[in-house]
Amino acid sequence: MGSITLKQVTKSFGDVNVIKPLDLEIKDGEFIVFVGPSGCGKSTLLRMIAGLEDTSSGNIEIDGNDATKTPPAKRGLAMVFQSYALYPHMSVRNNIAFPLKRAKVAPAEIEAKIASAAKILNLGDYLDRKPGQLSGGQRQRVAIGRAIVRQPSAFLFDEPLSNLDASLRVNMRLEISELHKSLATTMIYVTHDQVEAMTMADRIAVFNGGVIEQVGTPMELYRNPVNRFVAGFIGSPKMNFIDVKPVDGDPTRSIGVRPEHLKVTQEQGLWTGKVGVIEHLGSETFLHVHVDGVGTLTIKDDGECPLQYGDQVNLTASQNKIMHFDKEGVTLASLSWGDNAVVAQ
Amino acid sequence: MATTQSRTLARIMLFPSVILLLAWMIVPLCMTLYFSFLDYNLLIPGNNDFVGFLNYEFFLTDPAFIESFFNTLWLVGGVLLITICGGIGLAILLDQAIWGRNYVRIMVLAPFFVMPTVSALVWKNMFMNPVNGLFAHFANWLGFAPVDFFAQIPLLSIIIIVSWQWLPFAALILLTAIQSLDREQLEAADLDGAGPFSKFYYIVLPHLSRAITAVILIETIFLLSIFAEILVTTSGGPGYASTNITYLIYTQSLLQFDVGGGSAGGIVAVIIANIVAIFLMRLIGKNLED
Repeated sequence: MGSITLKQVTKSFGDVNVIKPLDLEIKDGEFIVFVGPSGCGKSTLLRMIAGLEDTSSGNIEIDGNDATKTPPAKRGLAMVFQSYALYPHMSVRNNIAFPLKRAKVAPAEIEAKIASAAKILNLGDYLDRKPGQLSGGQRQRVAIGRAIVRQPSAFLFDEPLSNLDASLRVNMRLEISELHKSLATTMIYVTHDQVEAMTMADRIAVFNGGVIEQVGTPMELYRNPVNRFVAGFIGSPKMNFIDVKPVDGDPTRSIGVRPEHLKVTQEQGLWTGKVGVIEHLGSETFLHVHVDGVGTLTIKDDGECPLQYGDQVNLTASQNKIMHFDKEGVTLASLSWGDNAVVAQ
Repeated sequence: MATTQSRTLARIMLFPSVILLLAWMIVPLCMTLYFSFLDYNLLIPGNNDFVGFLNYEFFLTDPAFIESFFNTLWLVGGVLLITICGGIGLAILLDQAIWGRNYVRIMVLAPFFVMPTVSALVWKNMFMNPVNGLFAHFANWLGFAPVDFFAQIPLLSIIIIVSWQWLPFAALILLTAIQSLDREQLEAADLDGAGPFSKFYYIVLPHLSRAITAVILIETIFLLSIFAEILVTTSGGPGYASTNITYLIYTQSLLQFDVGGGSAGGIVAVIIANIVAIFLMRLIGKNLED
């Protein structure tokens, strides 16, 4: 069991409200990712769920029981820290055994649990080493191992991959996803990397300035972002935003179109611009096109792109891929799908 | 950067100061060694004959030597015990977020800046004096007979004074060590269900082991040669009850004008210091390797 419910939870440090009143329901067995720019309160909220930070007001319920005032160890949650927080003077075996020994588990049972965790995480060869002798990825696995053996009702991950190099990060991403599939335990995962959020999450909660902007599955957020912030945060490269002149009866103040939905055409398109920097990634190409009066638009083209720096190009996008935002940045649903509203400024 | 040329040049440039430092050490040591084999007493001018190991025989068979040897060990051990335990406690307290923490830290460090003679005099006259001392007044107020510290417990009194001087040093080193502890480790321990004592024993103490080792080694070097506090308070007495090796050598060479005997004692002290150093390095020096 591992359902967590946040009811009107807030956090303030002095006069600063880090978390504005917030409701969230995390279902048992779900992999939910808190994503947002740094300082948006996502890590603070995770630490509040863990019990490492006091909750200023509101309730945190774990499996239906109010746990707002429960000390961290009694909440039945396990956390993996950004710095891994392994105990440096203990061997890997003792690191993993530490929570079990504190809980006075019988030695034979501890051995069995360590063995099974080591098997799941491929730690067998390292059990008698000290954390200092391990690589970043191995330390990460030990930290996860220490979390697993407690059989928590939910795992909390605080930016666990940010200290790893790029290729290792991809591997660990897969391992954590696989672990979630095999354990089927609730996982709350904090990251600022929208790629991690998109690839791993069952549901994503997008944070901004202490509030949750939107919660939904990765594809829901990609297809139907509720506002400009979510639209810009989800998707890589970032969505292009273009301010438009107000027209009577049309609340649209800006439009957004994703780089992968912009096409270079021979015919007259919606915009005309000059090609700037071209980034070749092999399988795809990012074009940065300067359009007068609009700014720089990013286009995701296929790998074999013949364009050169300085070329004049026409750009177009199908109308149903263009999103419209009003002056608060809220997505205008009626206009964003299939409507033939005027797009060009 | 370190090419053969630059390394050779560095050696040549370092050469004069290395020679100076070496001479600074080796000349007095050799002179002491030389004197220790002579019959050399300032009160009896004469030929200063070579007497072999006679000075050593006299020094080592002197009953005062055995007593002062154990006094030295007690002094070093006692002060180390008090400063390490007290230093850990103080460091933990000073690490808490309290109002005016920076000022408190400076105040705590103050005893370390007081000269040994001055602090010994202050302790002797203001605190431990059996008539006018604060401790005597306090004992009287409680209805007890005041303790005559330097007559009844001379060595312990000196241990207390020296500990007071060295406590800030230990506390400061250990405080910086505590501050370098990764807070996420403590939070992880919180989540793992460790109470305050488990956290101290399994996480804080192992983290401090290197700093403790450093404090023990540094303090031992200085504590083996405690002198001013003894001279100012008890003058080694009553009898030899608070005489350590350093003070014994002083009485030998400067009170009895026996340069030969004093030199022999000096060489014995050097040997003892080295034995203690080797012993300590074997025992705890492995903490410094990593």
